[in-house]
Amino acid sequence: MSADDLTPRRTGDVLHREVRAPSDESERGPGGERLQHAEAASKPIRADAPREPQPRGARVRGNRPIDQAEAAERFLAAPMHQKAHDERLWDVRRKRDVAAHGIPEWEELRELASRIKTHTLTHLDRYLEQFEAAAEANGVHVHWAEDGAAHNRIVLDILKRHGARSLVKSKSMLTEECGFRHFMAAHDIDVIETDLGERIQQLDEEEPSHVVMPAVHKTRLDVADVFARTLGTDPDNDDAHYLAESQRETTRPLILKADAGLTGCNFAIAETGTVVTCTNEGNADLSGNVPPLQIHSIGIEKLLPRVEHLGVFIRLLSRSALGSPITQYTSHFRKPRTGSEMHFVLVDNGRSERLAMEEFWTSLKCIRCGACMNTCPVYRRSGGLSYGATYSGPIGLIIDPTFDKRKYSTLPFSSTMNGSCTNVCPVKINIHEQIFAWRRVLAEEHRIPLLKQGMMKAAGAVLSRPAAYRAAIQTADSALRVLPRFAVYNPANTWGKKREMPHAPRQSFHAWYRQNRMKKETDA
Amino acid sequence: MSARDAILTRLRANRPAGDFPLPEVPTFAPLVGDDLVAGFSERLGRMGGRVERAGGPADPFAPVRPRLDRATVIASAVPEFSGNRDLATVRKPADLADVDAAVVRARFGVAETGSVLFTEGDLIVNAVAYLAQHLIVLLDPADIVVDIQAAYRRSEFGQAAYAVLHTGPSATADIEGVLIHGAQGVRSLTVLLLPRKERAA
Ligand code: SF4
Repeated sequence: MSADDLTPRRTGDVLHREVRAPSDESERGPGGERLQHAEAASKPIRADAPREPQPRGARVRGNRPIDQAEAAERFLAAPMHQKAHDERLWDVRRKRDVAAHGIPEWEELRELASRIKTHTLTHLDRYLEQFEAAAEANGVHVHWAEDGAAHNRIVLDILKRHGARSLVKSKSMLTEECGFRHFMAAHDIDVIETDLGERIQQLDEEEPSHVVMPAVHKTRLDVADVFARTLGTDPDNDDAHYLAESQRETTRPLILKADAGLTGCNFAIAETGTVVTCTNEGNADLSGNVPPLQIHSIGIEKLLPRVEHLGVFIRLLSRSALGSPITQYTSHFRKPRTGSEMHFVLVDNGRSERLAMEEFWTSLKCIRCGACMNTCPVYRRSGGLSYGATYSGPIGLIIDPTFDKRKYSTLPFSSTMNGSCTNVCPVKINIHEQIFAWRRVLAEEHRIPLLKQGMMKAAGAVLSRPAAYRAAIQTADSALRVLPRFAVYNPANTWGKKREMPHAPRQSFHAWYRQNRMKKETDA
Repeated sequence: MSARDAILTRLRANRPAGDFPLPEVPTFAPLVGDDLVAGFSERLGRMGGRVERAGGPADPFAPVRPRLDRATVIASAVPEFSGNRDLATVRKPADLADVDAAVVRARFGVAETGSVLFTEGDLIVNAVAYLAQHLIVLLDPADIVVDIQAAYRRSEFGQAAYAVLHTGPSATADIEGVLIHGAQGVRSLTVLLLPRKERAA
């Protein structure tokens, strides 16, 4: 073998010029049919319309309460973005329905998943100890982090010990939660996102706006702008293939020479000490298999007792997320590669405290599929960045206040309480009931700023809406597609602006509250 | 107190009251019919992969010849095919960046999803399955299990250092939902249905 064999061959400035031929259509199958896997839309959303600047997310000012409605208003004022976002997510939501209906035991799987999670979370100390012992027996170094800052310090320490200066990262909401990228930048470590959507967001200095589709709020024109600015692509070429290929070509050299790789974790198996990641791009596998040092950041709630339980969760995850039967890659990392080191960082960051919150602890079951976001009319119409938090959409409304009760005190009001989130959740979290519970908690603790105290009264109306529109609308599907019309409850309510006003609420806030509390008690 | 003990202590103290036993996972009726090869092929096709039946004894690789002929650097992890990049002598995974096509054998396939499984032993260098531009996967039709549940009963998950289910090529639709193969990893994945042969002595 000559030395040349080890040098990548180059044709001009790219490795594989032929795939840069312009084409703006999605991949087709052997029969010429459009393929629908990954998060592909059913039809290309043409951005032939005149350019419209991308609306930016919520204005975050320290821990002052986030004004989600204000950011939502700006998103709604950008009709091209709003429409593309709404349609894209609704498309994914519909695919989820098709996938779910394709499995006769779907409801049984949800119930099983929910109960497996309940059991694991109520025995988490035991399973974490088992996981740690198994991992150590496999030759993995296990670390424990109380919070995000500790996580970042631990990772930095590992990197320093290896003299590592660059790290490729596979999308991880946990590291977003920890402010990992900003911390590493301050310590002169280059962090490179390997997921396309996450890379777009990194280059645009934005956070991900969705747990599965980080750049879903951007149009191809926005991406063309970002890449022209940061990667030097042709600003007038907004072909999705060209843009994706440009990212591949520019990111790959960074992956090849990275000193370390870090991935998140979808599931961690106590029995075997395995970390499972699910991606469509294979970027977790690149991060885990190319650099000489391998780190996995694991939220402690990700534990599952045994390998057999993966059968339940893998069947639910991608079907709930994007409607595909499985992600392209489902990867099980158990032992370090010969000659390399593997580290697990187990992160608490408020999770063990959340376990004590009687009304909210079951939110720890969340497997971050994003189904509740895709179905949420408020999320679809206002974009994930309007929440000004790591977690947006219905699940975000529940867990964000557990991180900062003041900063996220207004978020539980960003919901129509239609219950659709609860219906699609693969682990059966009673999302809308928990959102409601937060409203009560926040009201009792007087955390609600003046502006929102008015909204609290108005909430009486919105809380009564589900019953009203359910009575009026036959199927949840048709109701949800047009829901924002029905979600109007207050002239000051952003999502409902310029839309029909509702009928008078049939129930008072208190009547609704009593009825639902009572229902919950009978359910328990 | 160490972070570990602090976390475990809080988890014990904050444990929600109640008895929450671990449920039994029943075996569900398979979603695919008796013809596992047909089920597998159909589903892999939907996920962007391609399935070919092996050619005749003279050249079992005939269906993938065009792909291989276009490749300059081929890494093979199987005895049935000799490439020109020896995986056994690779010093670091990044050295495989110039591989045009890799030929590997899957441990098994999963009919429900159209997935194939590899372990570190099958890939020799794990990264080859992501850094190569195109992946050609040998799969014995007898090695197809019916569904994901059956897959997770296999011993690989408790034994291998690395076990990965591939379902088609690397894919993304992060830009306006336009599906693109070859996001970061391989641009195509072709499964060649070829029964296992005893390894040459
Ligand atoms: S709350 Fe449920 S639906 Fe929402 S992301 Fe989590 S698991 Fe998915």
